[in-house]
Amino acid sequence: MTKRAQFDNVSLSFETPKGRLNVVEDVSYDINDGDFIAVIGPSGCGKTTMMSMLAGFQKPTTGNVLFDGRPVAGPGPERGVIFQEYGVFPWLTVKQNIAFGLTLSANRVAAGERDAICDHYLGLMGLSDFASSYPKHLSGGMRQRLAIARAYAVKPQFLLMDEPFGALDAQTRSNMQNLLLKVLETEGKTVMLITHSVEEAIYLASRIVVVTARPARIREIIDVPFAYPRDESIQERPEFGELRSYIRQLVMDEYRAQQAQMRPASFSE
Amino acid sequence: MDGAGVRRFGLGSIPWIGAILLWYAVRWSGFVNLSLIPAPHQVAAKFFELLTKEGLLIDIFASTRRVFFGVALGILVAVPVGFLLGWYRPARTFADPMINFFRALPPIALIPLVIVYFGVDEVAKLVILVYASFFSGVIVMYEGVSQITPLYIRVAQTLGANQAEIFRKVIIPLTVPHILTALRVALGVAWATLVASELIAAQRGLGAMIQNASTYFLLDVIYVGIICIGLIALIMDMILRKITARLLVWQDRAIA
Repeated sequence: MTKRAQFDNVSLSFETPKGRLNVVEDVSYDINDGDFIAVIGPSGCGKTTMMSMLAGFQKPTTGNVLFDGRPVAGPGPERGVIFQEYGVFPWLTVKQNIAFGLTLSANRVAAGERDAICDHYLGLMGLSDFASSYPKHLSGGMRQRLAIARAYAVKPQFLLMDEPFGALDAQTRSNMQNLLLKVLETEGKTVMLITHSVEEAIYLASRIVVVTARPARIREIIDVPFAYPRDESIQERPEFGELRSYIRQLVMDEYRAQQAQMRPASFSE
Repeated sequence: MDGAGVRRFGLGSIPWIGAILLWYAVRWSGFVNLSLIPAPHQVAAKFFELLTKEGLLIDIFASTRRVFFGVALGILVAVPVGFLLGWYRPARTFADPMINFFRALPPIALIPLVIVYFGVDEVAKLVILVYASFFSGVIVMYEGVSQITPLYIRVAQTLGANQAEIFRKVIIPLTVPHILTALRVALGVAWATLVASELIAAQRGLGAMIQNASTYFLLDVIYVGIICIGLIALIMDMILRKITARLLVWQDRAIA
């Protein structure tokens, strides 16, 4: 299998008025083509920072973050990013949002092809009826579907998702997870998902990276024993429950460690 | 007009009717010398007299043109300057105190200096209006631009946008609402400054008309002038709001 992305002894820290803050410490792992990696850990531990380095928004202090063998220099269309806050452009209609990436010089396609791509993702994401609506008329789940469609439209080799369903209610969230599985099946993408939900990580991912309290180090990397395509029935399987209790315990340990770190110094996070 | 339209029109006209009734009531109350308050119908008669015999339209045109060019030029400069200040923090640290210093100066206090440096003709009046529009517009622009969230820029970057594309396709659309707000604020301020600017030996214009009328104690003419200024400012604001609504259909507004 080809290595898509590599974290190679990556650390990130920065100066604060109170001293040096280590956010990520000596993290190494590979993401292979076709992997679905879920990164899970207590909130504020630095897991988003990991994703942010691969996306190209932050640079490691030491070590290397590689994509296709080359150090990441900045954001780029081969690494699509789905943000928790959706980030759909409110001044563009749903269809114009999906077409946005295709109108850029980095991945320009002919108008006819652009239309076909838009229609494909409008249909796939169940947004066809809203093609000419503005995002203000969409629900949270629909906005996130739009953000996913827009990211997919430029054909990224890799999808980075930062707690994409964190702001959605439980039912919408589970619908979105199923939709994502369906889309991955047809579109086939390598994914790095940041989440704080153990169920979400097991249900979606092929491998789970459990991260420690800040500074983020790798606590354990766990292979998820379920084959794709998956459906909700796997959540009833005993292995699912066992894995869930095991990972929950790991995450809870780290959560407590994080709480202990924060007390009594400050309530800043 | 549909039912809702009639209702809105009705609601909108109640305060005007109320104001006119109050105006009459003050006259009839007997507390004020009648010669100090011309009645609404007298003012209306004066309005038609000025309109037909004294060339009121020329005054209206002269003033509206001054305000229009004053605001246009002021905002033309305020948009890029406000944008730079809002976008680049160092620029703000650099220029903010100075902008606030000049913004605090009432334009009327600058008139003697403007007369010395720019004379008494059209340019001098324009300078005052441009000054007033610029400083009111620039604040609105930079407050607005400095609140643009970096999220949309990040999204555009991850889709492959280069610097020029980010500017053209993300930053400009996000700036348009602030330009329109700056225009509205500047229009209001410019009309408020108009009378001051026409203190500079203006021959024609609503401010000049009011100035001249005050010399001869023609209260009804003063009333006509004031009402004209208010009405034109109101009409211009309504036009601008229509344009805003058209350009910003995408905005999520609390009030439709």
